[in-house]
Amino acid sequence: MTDYKNLKLIATSSPHIRGSERTQTIMRDVIIAMVPALAYAILNFGIRALAMTVVSVAGCMFFEWGYQKLMKKPVRIMDLSCVVTGMLLAFVCPVQIPYWMILIGDFFAIVVVKQLFGGIGKNFVNPALAGRAILLASYAGAMTSWVDPAINKANLIGNVDIVTAATPLSYMKGTDPAAIAESFTSLKETYSVTNMFLGQIGGSMGEVSVLMLLLGGVYLIWRKVINWQTPVAYIATVAVLTFLFPRAGTGVEWMLYSIFGGGLMLGAFFMATDYATSPVTKKGQLIFGIGCGVFTVLIRYFGSYNEGVCYSIMVMNLFVALIDKNTKPTRFGVVKSDKKEGAAK
Amino acid sequence: MNFGKQLKEGLLTQNPVLVQMLGLCSTMAITTSIANGIGMGVSVIIILTASNVVISAIRKVVPDKIRIAMFIVVIAGFVTCVDLLLQAFVPSIAASLGVFIPLIVVNCIILGRAEAFSYKNGIGASFFDGICQGLGYTFVLLAMCVIRELLGAGTLAGFRIIPEQYPIGVLTLPVGGFLVLGCLIAAMQWALSKSKEGK
Repeated sequence: MTDYKNLKLIATSSPHIRGSERTQTIMRDVIIAMVPALAYAILNFGIRALAMTVVSVAGCMFFEWGYQKLMKKPVRIMDLSCVVTGMLLAFVCPVQIPYWMILIGDFFAIVVVKQLFGGIGKNFVNPALAGRAILLASYAGAMTSWVDPAINKANLIGNVDIVTAATPLSYMKGTDPAAIAESFTSLKETYSVTNMFLGQIGGSMGEVSVLMLLLGGVYLIWRKVINWQTPVAYIATVAVLTFLFPRAGTGVEWMLYSIFGGGLMLGAFFMATDYATSPVTKKGQLIFGIGCGVFTVLIRYFGSYNEGVCYSIMVMNLFVALIDKNTKPTRFGVVKSDKKEGAAK
Repeated sequence: MNFGKQLKEGLLTQNPVLVQMLGLCSTMAITTSIANGIGMGVSVIIILTASNVVISAIRKVVPDKIRIAMFIVVIAGFVTCVDLLLQAFVPSIAASLGVFIPLIVVNCIILGRAEAFSYKNGIGASFFDGICQGLGYTFVLLAMCVIRELLGAGTLAGFRIIPEQYPIGVLTLPVGGFLVLGCLIAAMQWALSKSKEGK
């Protein structure tokens, strides 16, 4: 017999049907997707790549735990979002920067950009990119000298006797067309397109191997963690613009070196798709990706930095609220002519 | 008037920068070294106190309609005095503060206090208000100077504390000013809301 006296009516608000996805499972998928790129970074740059990633992840977890303890908030480091931030920040830094430097980046990413704005889901720009921007503005020298993986690996401790290399994008930079044509020719002699695709080039730890990043990106799309709209729109925009307006060589050559060089793949699959800082609707994600692509090409062509992925994503992050507002789908049952009326209510 | 209450308002609950959000421009622009902060803070205290007293004294003879113009004339007079004094006696600080000393004329703190306080209150109260609000401004300036100079340049009042390769250079740039000021405002609001909850 049912015990009616002790029966409780539980009336919670929707949703009533819940999937098995949690922040933790999504973040776990992102981490899995980053493993190939990390493995390649270790192969390419030496064991310091792993050490750097571990230090960065530990730093992010510590700062998140410390802030939440200090503010007497529930400790949520096991949702793994800080692990993703730590890995991404390590990925966008050169491998031989000192360990303390990346910890400063971790602090800015986690405490200033993420926690001070309310924690996970409330940050207005990508924390890892903000951390990188801070480091680049503070330590320009260390953040722009790249270990040449063809000649040597990074030392685990210290950074003596390291031969550095120019990144492909620095060959493709300049204002004088003749000088760009000349340096682009020497770029083609130094690195073939295959080198670029596999990642046998100098650059930030996690950005060099297009192949490994594509593997991770396809995994994320297959697992439905990210939509294809943002990365495809982003990469396609850069491809089309660089194909149409090559600064040296043929359009196809210039385009291939442009999309394989720099942090475009890493940015498109792992940074521009961050839930908190990208639009909700698919249409909005297309607009977001196109905007990122346009800014990237503009910065690479006319800006003072070689690489524009970091700043272009951060700039577009700031437009997300605007994009979301203007791509809001029509509610079911609302006739188009009523739309304004409905919005007014 | 209650001096203690005014002091508490100036430094904490009605802090001109962190609560009233006045004078943010100069706060961000000049707080890269402690010498700058002290120079600017003392100048503002002097100008604010003097203009508060004068405006309070003439408040009954100034017609309502032209009061803003009168405030500006009085403030500009004192700013010119202080500007010339700085150039004469501490030319290095005058040079590094540059245009921000003349710009005190349109500093919102001074105009704001003239409009909100000294135009309605007696000379004595206005005098203390000038000192307290000026101290509140100086206190924020110094806090920002210490953070930005120590962490951003690695020095404190010119003495090297942190070896040259470590400081976070971005803090001495304008973007660092925004970051530090934002964090200070957040901390202040948090502390004020905590103390309200406590009551």
